[in-house]
Amino acid sequence: MAINPLDSRFNWQVDAPENGWLRRLHIDAPLMTGLLALCGFGLVVLYSAGDHEWIVIERQVIRLGMAFAFMLAIAQIHSRQLKRWSLALYGFGVLMLIAVLIVGDIGKGAQRWLDFGIVRFQPSEILKLAVPMTVAWVLSRQRLPPRWPSLLLAAILTMIPVGLIAKQPDLGTSLLVVSAGITVLFIAGLSWRMITGLAAIAGAVAPVVWMNMHGYQRARVLTFMNPEADPLGTGYHIIQSQIAIGSGGLSGKGWLHGTQSHLEFLPERHTDFIFAVIGEEFGFTGIVALMVIYLFIIGRGLMIAARAQDNYERLLAGGLTLVFFIYLFVNTGMVTGLLPVVGVPLPLISYGGTSMVTLMAGFGMLMSIETHRAKQ
Amino acid sequence: MSNPSRRPVRKKKPLPSAQPRRTPNIALRRRLLLSVLGLAFVILTAGVFYRQVIQTEFLQREGYARHVRDAVIPARRGMIMDRNGEPLAVSTPVETITAEPRKLIDYAAAFPALAQALDLDVAFVRDRIETNRDKGFIYLKRRVTLDEARAVRQVVTEHKLQGVGFETEYRRFYPGAEVFAHVIGFTNIEDRGQEGLELVYDSVLKAEPGLQRVILDGRRRTVEQIEQVSAPQPGQDLVLSLDRRLQYLAYRELKAAVTEHKAKGGTLVVLDVASGDVLAMVNQPSFNPNSDRTGHSERRRNRALTDVMEPGSTLKPFVVAAALERNLIRPGTRFSTSPYNIGRNVVRDVHDYGMLDVTGIITKSSNVGSVKIAQMMSYEDLWTLYDRLGFGHPTGVGFPGESRGILRHYSTWRPFEHATHSFGYGLSVTSLQLAQAYLVLAADGIKRPVNLFKQDPLAARSKPREAVRILSPNTTRRLRTMMETVVSEQGTAKQAMVAGYRAAGKTGTAKKSAGKAGYASNRYQSVFAGFVPAKQPRFVMVVMIDEPGAGAYYGGVVAAPVFQKVMEGALRLFNVPPDDPEPSMMLAQHRRGAAAP
Repeated sequence: MAINPLDSRFNWQVDAPENGWLRRLHIDAPLMTGLLALCGFGLVVLYSAGDHEWIVIERQVIRLGMAFAFMLAIAQIHSRQLKRWSLALYGFGVLMLIAVLIVGDIGKGAQRWLDFGIVRFQPSEILKLAVPMTVAWVLSRQRLPPRWPSLLLAAILTMIPVGLIAKQPDLGTSLLVVSAGITVLFIAGLSWRMITGLAAIAGAVAPVVWMNMHGYQRARVLTFMNPEADPLGTGYHIIQSQIAIGSGGLSGKGWLHGTQSHLEFLPERHTDFIFAVIGEEFGFTGIVALMVIYLFIIGRGLMIAARAQDNYERLLAGGLTLVFFIYLFVNTGMVTGLLPVVGVPLPLISYGGTSMVTLMAGFGMLMSIETHRAKQ
Repeated sequence: MSNPSRRPVRKKKPLPSAQPRRTPNIALRRRLLLSVLGLAFVILTAGVFYRQVIQTEFLQREGYARHVRDAVIPARRGMIMDRNGEPLAVSTPVETITAEPRKLIDYAAAFPALAQALDLDVAFVRDRIETNRDKGFIYLKRRVTLDEARAVRQVVTEHKLQGVGFETEYRRFYPGAEVFAHVIGFTNIEDRGQEGLELVYDSVLKAEPGLQRVILDGRRRTVEQIEQVSAPQPGQDLVLSLDRRLQYLAYRELKAAVTEHKAKGGTLVVLDVASGDVLAMVNQPSFNPNSDRTGHSERRRNRALTDVMEPGSTLKPFVVAAALERNLIRPGTRFSTSPYNIGRNVVRDVHDYGMLDVTGIITKSSNVGSVKIAQMMSYEDLWTLYDRLGFGHPTGVGFPGESRGILRHYSTWRPFEHATHSFGYGLSVTSLQLAQAYLVLAADGIKRPVNLFKQDPLAARSKPREAVRILSPNTTRRLRTMMETVVSEQGTAKQAMVAGYRAAGKTGTAKKSAGKAGYASNRYQSVFAGFVPAKQPRFVMVVMIDEPGAGAYYGGVVAAPVFQKVMEGALRLFNVPPDDPEPSMMLAQHRRGAAAP
């Protein structure tokens, strides 16, 4: 296992001086470094994956800039405020989800967007933050470990938006939202008995979910089981991305030299499947480097959670970090063929704005939690 | 949602020993969480490692196979031309329409338009695409016309079709159609020679398509051409000895005669005396190599080379030549030509001409006279001349299925066979062999190899064929003078007379063999072999009409007129100065007018 952020030996190494200017700006230097490294690497890859088009880079840079600004803005807010706004944000998000179902734009066969004229906006993104915040708020009102009523409430609060998002339908996001809720519950100290119970319920519900899944969603799961069954249809994505990754070898074909990615064999190569481009062009070395950056960010997130001052902060920080990890795991698992295809982007690297803003907002909260900590 | 919710739970199962407690062990839980995280990273990295290090070769090959293709660069098959460079077989680039059914299947609405553009049945097109719906490549229609290709392009644009492709191929076209069909033959759809010279010289004419390694993108479009694996090698051209104009004329006249006499078939060969070049070689019946290539093997034979006949009286000049060479006779030596017994057999002529000199024997084509001359020589003498003239041997023009004819060795002859060999029975020859033999008479006794090529590209492969002297110039000159009398008012072939020129030749009317039963009484082969001008011959021609069925069957009546018409054209085409005074010319014209039906 890599770094154990809970190990006190590491604390002194990565901590910023408590009175530094970064601290005053509520910037957590290690986290910031990790994020900048990740986004920088992402832009380099995107230039290749986006067919060397500057406009792609420009847009992504603008989005990143806005996302970083948003992160810093949120970092200024004390977690007390966040805790207070949790439920309101949650309520707002749920209302928006309902609005989407009624008047939403249809993009790629699913109703996910709300068009405000200037901004097109995906309300499900709010819930990626609001659900962990709300669940953390519910659970932190009482002593941990949580008791039945709180758990039930937390479960209900999680499942309402999940249901609404699944109805859009957006399997990937609902999956992320539900895992956000569950992660927080787990950190809060769900007893094993309850975990077993939940697993049993999930097992019982699975066939029902399967029955209610859309054709394309079922196809994805089936294709995951056996991609070669339909190499030109639904299995195409998986096979092509595996070929792209595999043909990278140990050291890769070099930046801008990935044949599979550049010749339109690899679908969605600058969005969901950008990991395959990294694999082809930078090889195993590049993948490991990327993983190290991710691991560093996640480690820092967990460290922040471990050192948080109250339960709300701890649950929120832990939850957000784990959601980030799940993002990463679902995407890379999908691209490497370990998991079925679900439309989840590679966090902070894939081209596209909405999820980036949400993720950075989450990191803003982490920075807030870290930098508002009372001096020891 | 069931999956994700189960997943984190499943990860916790490896700890069955953890006792459910009122207050869970937070430290344990943290450690567990970190372990799960670490494990996840390890699994991911291992997964990538597996693909990139262990499976990499396989996947690289897969990737390579997906984007690198060796595309064929079509190359042109060699052209076949006549002696003047006129095209007889040409390959022109045409387009072939291909389809990618698995894509095209989605455009069913456009099938009728597509079928119409290709001049195909809608049901056929639909069936073709639907039965191959999983395939990535089929031919829709090969070698389409320019109009069809244009129409297909329009349909593709209009319906925004995906999965229709255009390939360049070469289509073989034979401008000479049935006139040259037997000599040239034809190729199949894969551009390989099937018959005739196309078959024999396939290795020369054959084009080697080049290979171009290209990079394709995901939509199978060529993005980049990397390297030429091999350059396209166009085939080598063939220049034949044939003259297109003469061939056309010969074909027209032969066909007219075959039709007029309701004959089964016919052949005509014209040789250039000076070079041995075959200037024309036509057969009836024929076929069109541009279209009807299947079946009718009857029509596809190059009879001038593959079919043998008993040459009959056309051999009589050679018997005379052999005797002249040995000073056994002079042109004026006289013989009785009354019916003549050889053992139990009787040799007779059409009429009893009584006493005839050697010239008269030729003029009247007397069997009895020929036999008597032949009997002045041994079997071997006659056989040796025939053998040296090339009977029983292939001519060496290198044509598939050429017959060598039949000349039995003299040691097997019986006395009557010695006799029949003198008037052309008991042996069989092809029209080309006969023409080659007549070339000896025309070329002052020199036997020249006959050629189908101005320069044979495969000549190096076979033994060089050299010109050899067979008869003395004196003998042949005397013979030609005698043979001039055949083409005269008194001769058997007055209809072979060519206005302005003195022609010489010999008729032949051979009963066809009916197998073991002897000879058929009513089936003939009418032959005329001759050369013009008689003094210094330029052309040798053999005309054979097989089984004329309209009454007339004498060589002088059926075959000689063809000789006259074709030879007249040949002399004009090759600007041969007339060697005959004016009156005869006028006479000839008069006769021709009278003979016209």
